[in-house]
Amino acid sequence: MTAPRPPAIETTGLRKAFGDHTVLDGIDLTVAAGTIFALLGPNGAGKTTTVNILSTLISADAGTARVAGHDIDRDGSAVRAAIGVTGQFSAVDGLLTGAENLRLMADLHHLGRAEGRRQSAALLERFDLTDVARKPAMTYSGGMKRKLDLAMTLMGSPTVIFLDEPTSGLDPRSRRDLWDLVRGLVADGVTIMLTTQYLDEADRLADRIAVLDSGRIVAEGTPAELKRRVPGGTIVLYLNDRAGLEATARAFPEGARDDDALTLSLSAGGDIPSIRSVLDRLERSAVTASHLEVTSPGLDDVFLALTGPDARKVAL
Amino acid sequence: MNAISLAMTDSSTMLRRNLLRMRRYPSMTLLLIGLPVLFLLLFVYVFGGTLGAGLSTGIAAGADSRAEYLTYVTPAILLMAAASAAQGTAISIAMDRTEGIFARFRTMAISPSSVLTGHVLGAVIQSLLAMGVLLGVSVLLGFRPDPNPLGWLALLCLLTFTAFALTWLCVAFGLVSKSVETASNLPMFLVILPFLSSGFVPVESMPAGLAWFAEHQPFTPIIETVRGLFTGNADGGTALVAVGWCALIALVSYLWARKLYRRDPAG
Repeated sequence: MTAPRPPAIETTGLRKAFGDHTVLDGIDLTVAAGTIFALLGPNGAGKTTTVNILSTLISADAGTARVAGHDIDRDGSAVRAAIGVTGQFSAVDGLLTGAENLRLMADLHHLGRAEGRRQSAALLERFDLTDVARKPAMTYSGGMKRKLDLAMTLMGSPTVIFLDEPTSGLDPRSRRDLWDLVRGLVADGVTIMLTTQYLDEADRLADRIAVLDSGRIVAEGTPAELKRRVPGGTIVLYLNDRAGLEATARAFPEGARDDDALTLSLSAGGDIPSIRSVLDRLERSAVTASHLEVTSPGLDDVFLALTGPDARKVAL
Repeated sequence: MNAISLAMTDSSTMLRRNLLRMRRYPSMTLLLIGLPVLFLLLFVYVFGGTLGAGLSTGIAAGADSRAEYLTYVTPAILLMAAASAAQGTAISIAMDRTEGIFARFRTMAISPSSVLTGHVLGAVIQSLLAMGVLLGVSVLLGFRPDPNPLGWLALLCLLTFTAFALTWLCVAFGLVSKSVETASNLPMFLVILPFLSSGFVPVESMPAGLAWFAEHQPFTPIIETVRGLFTGNADGGTALVAVGWCALIALVSYLWARKLYRRDPAG
């Protein structure tokens, strides 16, 4: 084992408001070097603002942050030299070819002609873009643009990489390709902070997840820890007809009914006493459900439980 | 690398990018060059015969008056070419902004000024190219400019400075616009303004209010100076006003653009 590396990202009490609207309301984060950290939250939760502050695009109103060991306020240019950022939209120059886009990045990193060519070629190869390297980037598909975008971010070997919703708008196959690439990066020792509103993405990629809602971190932990923290999953009752659904809905006013599927979903623990209590209530109300299904809690439940206006108060 | 050599290296990288973009998007460059040429042909061959006759007494409408008008109108169309090239800059700035390219540059350890500088240098080159082509066409049509070498140098300096000032103004327009469409519409008045100057008809022929405006707007002294330099009898006072306007527009626009670029959060 090598000596523990200092955290790649550390923030204390980050705050940001645009006018009267508070976007970040005190963000404390620690991201260990060489890990993937996901900021998970609905639209407008403050994910992009967090990335913008940490990548020195905008400044925070209050709080401190260190990225790759450098203070973002006092030493912004050292932070910029250490990071790579892939924004929400593929920031590639559509008029230039893939190779030219990469060479532009190489030149801006002052890599020198030979080294720039070498790294460009290596990145094109790694991202499977060699065949289209000489075509203008505007002819690329969404997935290819994203890959080129990421390749441009990697030019100059950043140690901390920010990916803001890296797979938004991609088809399932391209998403999977991108996930593999991201995992490969961490294997090289870089640190990644990604934002996403997709739970499966955070679940599959991240070592740790912070759930962000209305500018606050409402939960943080490994995917497994988060799932464990939310009690129970869902019990779904399947009814035979509409009359049965009506009666069941009266008996379980807290349930969520689906009139098309003739089901009623109850947020409840998947443990035996919970199931027994549901069955007891069902019997007392004299309706017959054809069968029931118990689903264990997923990140979906965590997400819904912790974010939005209906956020259940979960003791964490 | 110190700050100055970093700025030079990065600016030349950005300039290379913009020149490459012009080559990749030739229809834009052709439009910027083609439209002023079209205007020149229109004004000389359609309106020139009559307008030229009105310039001075004793010329009948016809070939002579047309030649006279060619000499008169060429400086105005040159300025229109500069304005329309600058308009192209507003569009490419807005594209870089909305596509997140500026955001990418701003998270990199590069000289902050290089991004806009690269755009401005590229646009000034494009503008000079457009003006050069226009001047060539004008000469083909019979325009015979007659400055001495110093006059030519002064002409080159003034036109470059004008293009520089208009470009910075359009950089700010591109940054302040929320969309590419707005960025393309906002500088439109720059193409219209030469019409409300001494560029196409003498100011004295306009109604009083308009004449006052035409007399005092920046394009008039610039066009008058260019016209004077072409014929070898430029007025020093007017030239000073022209240079003053360019310096003012360039400085204010530069400061405005720099402020907009720095605070621009979204990209």
